[in-house]
Amino acid sequence: MTESVGTVGTVKTQYFTFAEPPNELTLESGEKLGPITLTYETYGKLNRDKSNAVLVLHAFSGDAHAAGFLEGDKDSGWWDDFIGPGKGIDTNEYFVICSNVLGGCKGSTGPSSINPKTGKPYGLEFPIITIGDMVNAQRRLINHLGIEKLLAVVGGSMGGMQVLQWMVAYPDRIRSAIPIATTMKHTPQQIAFNEVGRQAVMADPNWRNGNYYGGKVPAKGLAVARMIGHITYMSDTSMADKFGRRTKAEKDPFKFSADFEVEGYLRYRGDNFVKRFDANSYLYITKAIDYFNILNGHSLGSIFKGLKAKVFVIAFKSDWLYPAYQSQEIVKACKLAGVDASYCEINSTYGHDAFLLEIEQETQLIRHFLKTVSNGNGNGAQHA
Amino acid sequence: MNQATGKIEHKVISGWISSGASVLDLGCGDGELLSLLIREKQVRAQGIELSEQAIHSCVAAGLSVFQEDIDTGLAEYADKSFDYVILNQTFQQVKKPDFVLKEALRVGKKIIVGFPNFCYITARFQLFFRGKVPVTPSLPYEWYDTPNLHFLSIADFVEYCKKREVQIERATFIAKNKRVRFLPNVFAEAGLFLLSK
Repeated sequence: MTESVGTVGTVKTQYFTFAEPPNELTLESGEKLGPITLTYETYGKLNRDKSNAVLVLHAFSGDAHAAGFLEGDKDSGWWDDFIGPGKGIDTNEYFVICSNVLGGCKGSTGPSSINPKTGKPYGLEFPIITIGDMVNAQRRLINHLGIEKLLAVVGGSMGGMQVLQWMVAYPDRIRSAIPIATTMKHTPQQIAFNEVGRQAVMADPNWRNGNYYGGKVPAKGLAVARMIGHITYMSDTSMADKFGRRTKAEKDPFKFSADFEVEGYLRYRGDNFVKRFDANSYLYITKAIDYFNILNGHSLGSIFKGLKAKVFVIAFKSDWLYPAYQSQEIVKACKLAGVDASYCEINSTYGHDAFLLEIEQETQLIRHFLKTVSNGNGNGAQHA
Repeated sequence: MNQATGKIEHKVISGWISSGASVLDLGCGDGELLSLLIREKQVRAQGIELSEQAIHSCVAAGLSVFQEDIDTGLAEYADKSFDYVILNQTFQQVKKPDFVLKEALRVGKKIIVGFPNFCYITARFQLFFRGKVPVTPSLPYEWYDTPNLHFLSIADFVEYCKKREVQIERATFIAKNKRVRFLPNVFAEAGLFLLSK
């Protein structure tokens, strides 16, 4: 990159509350939920005709803090390398919005929020939510911001599922869509990993059927769940590169301490996760991911029929959690429906984590793609 | 991409394509031809290309492109879903040219095929007098590093079209960046065909 690349600087958390009773949001399950608060951040400036808004959708454990620094915080947002002045999503050009999902635990309404009916945290009284519900809530936020049509919706992993959901549920509200390292439906293998994580949480005696608020949290169970997650996010090669079989210097072998570096890493990641994530949100969101099936009775050929948005599907070669063939299915559906689309399979050894790490490649591709969409000179073949 | 005859080939192809048509370019490389067709003929363009580096160039040029193998990439397209399907200098590099050509003819109303002529006079000389596999401007590779999997002449291709009942609507033959009209199977480095079925 030639021009100067910078940070969006200090950012502020914002809140949007809607669905106040009696006008609760009807969930896909038929249950009603309200009031709902979504926490969100924005970067860059919305232009006069409100045509430069890009909605960034976070992955499973992400949050609204995608870029910049919160007051008094040393750590930047989760996609800070990719969002900012002169970066992949250039905040000199675009108005970027990122909100924490419904069911989350980073400020948006979820199982750890107070249930207004009881005055206590919802816990397992929180209704089952879906990716569709998350997107329905986001649409309310986009309405609230007065944006008729988003320039782009972009996200990886669970964020990519939300992108696909936008394409199907609100095709007229988006000009382009960038699903990254994702799938149209969760496979048995993917559900299996999530189920092991959930079982680990629920096996922790501190979980107490979700009624742990105000007491000890199910830290061990949640940490083990996260360790499993991290194994699936990396690849054989990236683990070998990062840790090898290296052991720690002051080891006490065969006492089941963390001898190998990879063990120490997983324990550190697990323990760290417990500090920032709610165990019940873990259960609810992984279920939402498992239930995700954008086809849901539709054929591959009909799912994107009539979609006018330009689509850019991105996958990574070493991603075995969301293998490239699942992205190719999205491409097939685009071809069958005559949707104007592109597909790139980035050569990476990082596994599923690549969508957060292959910033240079993503920057090149998405910067140009957004420019093409924004200039409105897409000449893609939207064939019969 | 064949540098020796690339420029004029693009001009010929552009001349055959009608304005505003939909075009699928199989093995579109860095998208030079598609960009030209968008500029000159306002086509709606889709490329398919295997090289990741080339995909980056296409996206930078604002093109829609799939990173895919053209041996398998056409299955999802409905019959006649493009006005033109182009196989320029890629036809001889696919694993199953017969299958790819059949698929291209199914998906495209018309198809354009361009390939290097293996029986160009220089190649004949190299084979006959030097006893060596030819290296010419349109076949610039050594035997050990060539991406070309199939070697055919203009005569071979014309015969193939007859056998498969493919109609040759137009044909242009090229050598040294000029058109060749006399004995193309001997004097042309490359052939370009507009076909339909």
